Amino acid sequence: MAIPLLVNGTEHRVDAPSGEALLTVLRDRLGLTGTKYGCGEGQCGACTVLLDGKPVRSCRLALGTASQKKITTIEGLAQGEHLHPVQETFLRAEAFQCAYCTSGMIMSAVALLDKNPHPSSQEIIRHMDGNICRCGTYPRILAAIRDAALRNR
Amino acid sequence: METIANSVFDSEEQQHAAIQRLSYAFELQRRDFLKALGGGVLVCLAVKNAVTQESGHTQHAASDEDLPNSIAAWLHVSEDGTVTVFTGKVEIGQNIRTSLSQQVAEELRVPLASVQLTMADTELTPFDMGTFGSRTTPIMGRQLRTVAMAARNLLIDMAAQQLHADRNTLVAADGKIRDPKSNHTISYGELTKGQQLTRVIGEDPPETAASDWHAAGASAPKVDARAFVTGQHKYTPDLVRPGMLYGKVLRPAAFHASLGSLDSSEAEKIAGVKVVRDGEFVGVVAPDEHTATKALQALRAKWNSPPQIGDSQLFEHLKSKSEPSSGEHNLHVTGDVQKAMAAAHKAITKSYTVAYIAHCPLEPRAAVAEWSGDKLTVWTGTQRPFGVQEELASAFRIPKETIRVIVPDTGAAYGGKHMGDAAVEAARLAKSAGKPVKLVWTREEEFTWAYFRPAGVIEVNAATGSDGKITAWEFHNYNSGPAGIGTPYDIPNQHIQFHPADSPLRQGSYRGLAATANHFVRESAMDELAHEAGVDPLEFRLRNLTDPRLRAVLEAAAKKLGWGKEKSSGSRGFGIAGGVEKGGYVATCAEVEISPSREVRITRVVEAFECGAIVNPGGLRNQIEGSIVQAIGGALFEAIRFDNGRILNPHFAQYRVPRFSDTPEIEVEMLDRKDLPSAGAGETPIVGLAPAVGNAIFAATGIRLRSLPMIPEGLPQAHPAEA
Ligand code: FES
Ligand code: FES
Repeated sequence: MAIPLLVNGTEHRVDAPSGEALLTVLRDRLGLTGTKYGCGEGQCGACTVLLDGKPVRSCRLALGTASQKKITTIEGLAQGEHLHPVQETFLRAEAFQCAYCTSGMIMSAVALLDKNPHPSSQEIIRHMDGNICRCGTYPRILAAIRDAALRNR
Repeated sequence: METIANSVFDSEEQQHAAIQRLSYAFELQRRDFLKALGGGVLVCLAVKNAVTQESGHTQHAASDEDLPNSIAAWLHVSEDGTVTVFTGKVEIGQNIRTSLSQQVAEELRVPLASVQLTMADTELTPFDMGTFGSRTTPIMGRQLRTVAMAARNLLIDMAAQQLHADRNTLVAADGKIRDPKSNHTISYGELTKGQQLTRVIGEDPPETAASDWHAAGASAPKVDARAFVTGQHKYTPDLVRPGMLYGKVLRPAAFHASLGSLDSSEAEKIAGVKVVRDGEFVGVVAPDEHTATKALQALRAKWNSPPQIGDSQLFEHLKSKSEPSSGEHNLHVTGDVQKAMAAAHKAITKSYTVAYIAHCPLEPRAAVAEWSGDKLTVWTGTQRPFGVQEELASAFRIPKETIRVIVPDTGAAYGGKHMGDAAVEAARLAKSAGKPVKLVWTREEEFTWAYFRPAGVIEVNAATGSDGKITAWEFHNYNSGPAGIGTPYDIPNQHIQFHPADSPLRQGSYRGLAATANHFVRESAMDELAHEAGVDPLEFRLRNLTDPRLRAVLEAAAKKLGWGKEKSSGSRGFGIAGGVEKGGYVATCAEVEISPSREVRITRVVEAFECGAIVNPGGLRNQIEGSIVQAIGGALFEAIRFDNGRILNPHFAQYRVPRFSDTPEIEVEMLDRKDLPSAGAGETPIVGLAPAVGNAIFAATGIRLRSLPMIPEGLPQAHPAEA
């Protein structure tokens, strides 16, 4: 029985067990591989997507739970050629090395700025602390988020 | 499957030795793709011996006479003027796709955007030993500049003919050649149109001095950055092949366990599942990941595990199971340490330890394998594509010419992706499945079945005279490795020795190798000596140091921090450390805060770094900052816990890595020495942090921490003798 799933504004019908992780559905069934597997344990944030605007770890979320909700992935941020401001500031700050964490970082940051357009440094750190960048580009990611917040003014 | 390597030093040496025995002369005409490139100009760089050139072990390289000439790199200028460069190096976040492109653009006088790099594809790119040891910038960078320069000269020759001009007056810029006399210009594309030229050149030093660099020497954004912020870049785990299945491997219950029995009947009942068994290797394939995981869980296996030691016995074990040094390169002696110790004004005798740590690249080991007939293609994230090709050849007993290994730009490695385990496993599953198979290790597999940075015991005895000069330095490293084991300080009597030991866990390379451990001990012990001698730690180092490059970074870091302006107190401490490794000079200052509840926070890190002429300042700064952040984990809290052949903390929830909240203010001072050749910089910036932080904690609390990690369970109470 196909399960409906609304991703980046497109309604999909997914033929998968409702217990399958949203991350696997996005990557393997819908070909949206921008969302990454880093741990499958909710510990690294590489798989972060927005569920009705809230950041969630898609590796820990069952397909059945995500159905009926609005899902946004990294692929859904840009409007055509026009990048989302957070993607822009990540580019400008070169806030990555291997960039494997980047999708999750950007999605977490987008969720933060949507809710709180002018976060303090402490608020940014608290919000982002569940996202791991093993390459250690945290200072640049912070700068990119601060820069994006400034543009909100 | 790979056997347990005894030590990082031996394992790297063995790998190099094994690869060195082979011959890598290939005939260019066999390379069909050269024809596929179409018209244009192709320039190949022949080096005397690409193997030793790339090994980074110039001292103990096999004699090059036995080995044929090899092609190290090639570059093609097509009929529309686009430039394609082929190199066996891999991009793992160290940003060489950009910095190598910059250097080619520089020498060829073309815009950066017209340079394409084809990297790490055993069918398309020249043999390469691997991407490690900070060799890319000093060696591959130089080689690519040489080819690019030769290509430019060739194009100028062609232009001189066409324009009937004196070649020496022609100017190449922006992909065109101009005759200033007639003001005629001709583009590279116009010159290469209808041509089929191949040139093989030898090695010459590059022509353009760093002081005249334009494209190189300036920051350039990552060449394909947009693909990363939009999620479009395809890492190995993102690849899909037609008909592809998903694989999982059954892991033994413990290291060295053998398979007693296997009941796979339940797994086989699941629709679409195939169980693959080959000796001790057991795996499953299924049409999707979810089903593959279910099938794996349905396997019932009995394992026979031999008893094995745990981490509580580790350091004793390493010392008792160590060998006396084998060969000269593990031992360095000058003067008479014993005599000097006996005559010491002040002396220390201390023992330090270093735990195993995991690389934890965020992209786990992964591979997609596909057989078509006898030909095998594997996409995998590895630092050694040609090494993985060898591993596959020996695992399947097929000629390596039938194997193609392709490395997509990878989600980091840090020295952890030298081996081809995932590639071999995926290929084994694909062989039985008769379809392409993707295998992505889980995080727990990463933490368990990859290899670790070696643990070690390091003992140091040292003495100073009444003038605060070091008179004796004895340094024994058990197991962790010989990288960075020497001392840059001027000490007349030295005994420095590396003792390989039996490692209970599989161990291998890690960013910077043992230089992190050896610098931690040396620079902590330097601090201990300074304290004993009653001399300021910076002043003590400078008093014992003549190397001008190391002095320069120490002074630069100290100045930027404001060393000595504020005295350390119970709640705030300052520490300094320095070192030199792989041609890079580093000095790190750390400021730590100790809260009333005795929590330690690194609040500020200032690092000065010098690695000759800087190719991409932005990329270099990124590497230095990243090294500092990564180093925090190994310095403060990362340690692999194990017992009886099992890893006890194979999850991020139990193995703490640095996060946003651990990140201090970081200030980087890069010293650009345009008069010196460029050294690599992906590793050395990591070595200064741990000792600088340890020294800062001591300055604040009087507690000397002699184990990495230093505070896995928080700051210990002061030892009565030291309080
Ligand atoms: S993959 Fe979901 S949190 Fe790591
Ligand atoms: S850039 Fe590599 S993990 Fe963040």
